[in-house]
Amino acid sequence: MGFYERLMTLDRRWVYLAMALSVAIPLFISFQVPPYITPEVKSVYDFVESLKQGDRLLLAIDYDPMGMAELHPMALTISRQCFAKGVKLFFVTLSQNAPGMCEQLVSKVSKEFNKKNGVDFVYLGYKPYPGLVILSMGQNFRISFPMDYYGTYVDSMPIMQGIRNYDDMKAVIAFESGWVADSWIADANGRYKISVGLGVTGVMAADYFPYVQSKQIFGLIGGLKGAAEYETLAKAKERSASRGMKVQTVTHAVVILFIIVGNIGFFMSKKRKGKTE
Amino acid sequence: MDLGSILLNGLAAFLTLSIFSILYKDNPFYKFAEHLVVGVSAGYFAIILYYSSFIPKVWVPVVQQHKFIYLVPTILGVLMWTRFSRKRSWMSRYPIAAYMGIGMGVAIPVTMQAFILVPLYATMQPMGFTSLSLFNNLLVAVGVLCALVYFFFSKEHTGAFGGAATIGIWILMVGFGAGFGLTVMGRVSLLIERFTFLRDYFQQLIGLL
Amino acid sequence: MRWQYPLLIVFLGGLFMAVQYFVPLEFSERIYEYALDWIIIVGVFTMCLGLWSLFRVSLAKIQTKAPAWGYNYITLAGLFAMLILGPAFGIEEGKPFMTLFWYIYTPIQASMFALLAFYIASAAYRAFRARTMIATILLVTATIIMLRLIPLGFLSGPNQWAVNWILTVPNMAAKRAIAMGIGLGGIATALKVVLGIERSYMGKD
Repeated sequence: MGFYERLMTLDRRWVYLAMALSVAIPLFISFQVPPYITPEVKSVYDFVESLKQGDRLLLAIDYDPMGMAELHPMALTISRQCFAKGVKLFFVTLSQNAPGMCEQLVSKVSKEFNKKNGVDFVYLGYKPYPGLVILSMGQNFRISFPMDYYGTYVDSMPIMQGIRNYDDMKAVIAFESGWVADSWIADANGRYKISVGLGVTGVMAADYFPYVQSKQIFGLIGGLKGAAEYETLAKAKERSASRGMKVQTVTHAVVILFIIVGNIGFFMSKKRKGKTE
Repeated sequence: MDLGSILLNGLAAFLTLSIFSILYKDNPFYKFAEHLVVGVSAGYFAIILYYSSFIPKVWVPVVQQHKFIYLVPTILGVLMWTRFSRKRSWMSRYPIAAYMGIGMGVAIPVTMQAFILVPLYATMQPMGFTSLSLFNNLLVAVGVLCALVYFFFSKEHTGAFGGAATIGIWILMVGFGAGFGLTVMGRVSLLIERFTFLRDYFQQLIGLL
Repeated sequence: MRWQYPLLIVFLGGLFMAVQYFVPLEFSERIYEYALDWIIIVGVFTMCLGLWSLFRVSLAKIQTKAPAWGYNYITLAGLFAMLILGPAFGIEEGKPFMTLFWYIYTPIQASMFALLAFYIASAAYRAFRARTMIATILLVTATIIMLRLIPLGFLSGPNQWAVNWILTVPNMAAKRAIAMGIGLGGIATALKVVLGIERSYMGKD
């Protein structure tokens, strides 16, 4: 078997090993990758920066452990930015595996800024059927959320006084790892005209550019790179996404190398087959 | 790092490595972790549903607030459970019908608005050759049209129609290529998070020893 | 009658919800709010079906000694552990219920999806070949997008510009066409369901 044929039939476990090393080694080496800020991410940052003390923002934490790596850093940074500005936050989750994730985020950030539940923020909790819940919130938050996640009646909370539906919010920023993003665009923005910003995983990012151009969403934070850009803009103290970008650089170079080597092997072995025939 | 934290993080590290062991070959550790997560996730979801949905939406309104009108959706919900009975499964058609009717009825206008009309309007932008943004708008309009032509399989893709469909598939391939490029970043992010956890855990463990 | 009444409910419910979008009178808004409220409650009970189904299937595999039947004990153990710990100790952060979520469910779920990074690398090496024109377009586009994360010196600027152009022009056109196609298909399916043409969701007699 020639060199190129052996290249083509390489056991995939060697590829897995190369991938594992390309992720593991950069974790122990310190170097920086300069961030390039994209307009879509800057739109979200500029919007949050324009909020004033007392403004109200709805944050939808709709990701589960598979989206945590990319979406948790952006959710943390935006929550911190809002609390620092005195913005009142309304948290909601529409993904069944997100309640624990959201509770941890809410507890962590509220403790850092000494924010009081029911006064500075409220965590409304989870309900099934995301599309219908989004529609019901457009009428009245209390249809789906008569109580918050902790079992307290929302009407007894100072933060919920005078709050009825999306009309009382400046915008929704939804962190999505699934199809619920489409519901926010179609139901919340399409029917109730609330401004929607999205934070999505890298896998989904390419699909939501059309909605930025059509102004159905005011901004898009896509994947770990988007989270790193946002951390840079917000001058975040915790930069887990930015630290991950150096590893992304190495692994992307390795994947590109795999594509090139694989194609070289393919074309050379094809050429050799042609010569022998 | 206290003992409880070491043991719990050790469990998490063990389960992480059990899942990664499938990369070498299938083995009992992977099967164990795979079956465990199925049970734990189902149990987690059931309890969250109970506390976040059943209690505030069913128990409190009916039992504490005596809003007996909520017995109607409760009965409809219980009828769903007849799906498991061969004799009585026809009763589950009523709650399914209610859900499908309401869900589909709501979907028609919002889908038309959000995914057809607004994008169509956004595609019809000023076009031309005198500036890059005008030319880009032209490319977008032509691209959307040609990609939609490609998906029209009721007519044979020949002649001018076939030419448009060919341009359409090229545009679609650019979209899929962009999607793949971003997917690599997305998948690697998850791996980075797992490796970072393992690195931090083992560094702390070594530091303690 | 086992079909007719449910189909009538689908038709009337669908018609009302579609018309209500355009006629937001107070009484129709009230019915609309009730409809959304009630269906969410029905959804709460519907989700339990999956739970019972899992229990039944696992038990059946144990009883019939299906291949790898022993692992179903693990599934049931995990299920009952969560069902008991939740009500017994509460579901707040720090309780055993959430401890199992963070130290069992989260690492396994995250690791399962992290495996995809390995598979994507393997696919990149073994399957992505520039055999045809359209495959070449896909590969070249993917490579340009991936290069944006690699510092290329003086080429970084042009690369970032190219990536931005690809994402906001041809990619946008492609994804918009796909979304419109899905939207049209969704509307067609919704109309078929409301008009009773599509009935497979009702099951069989």
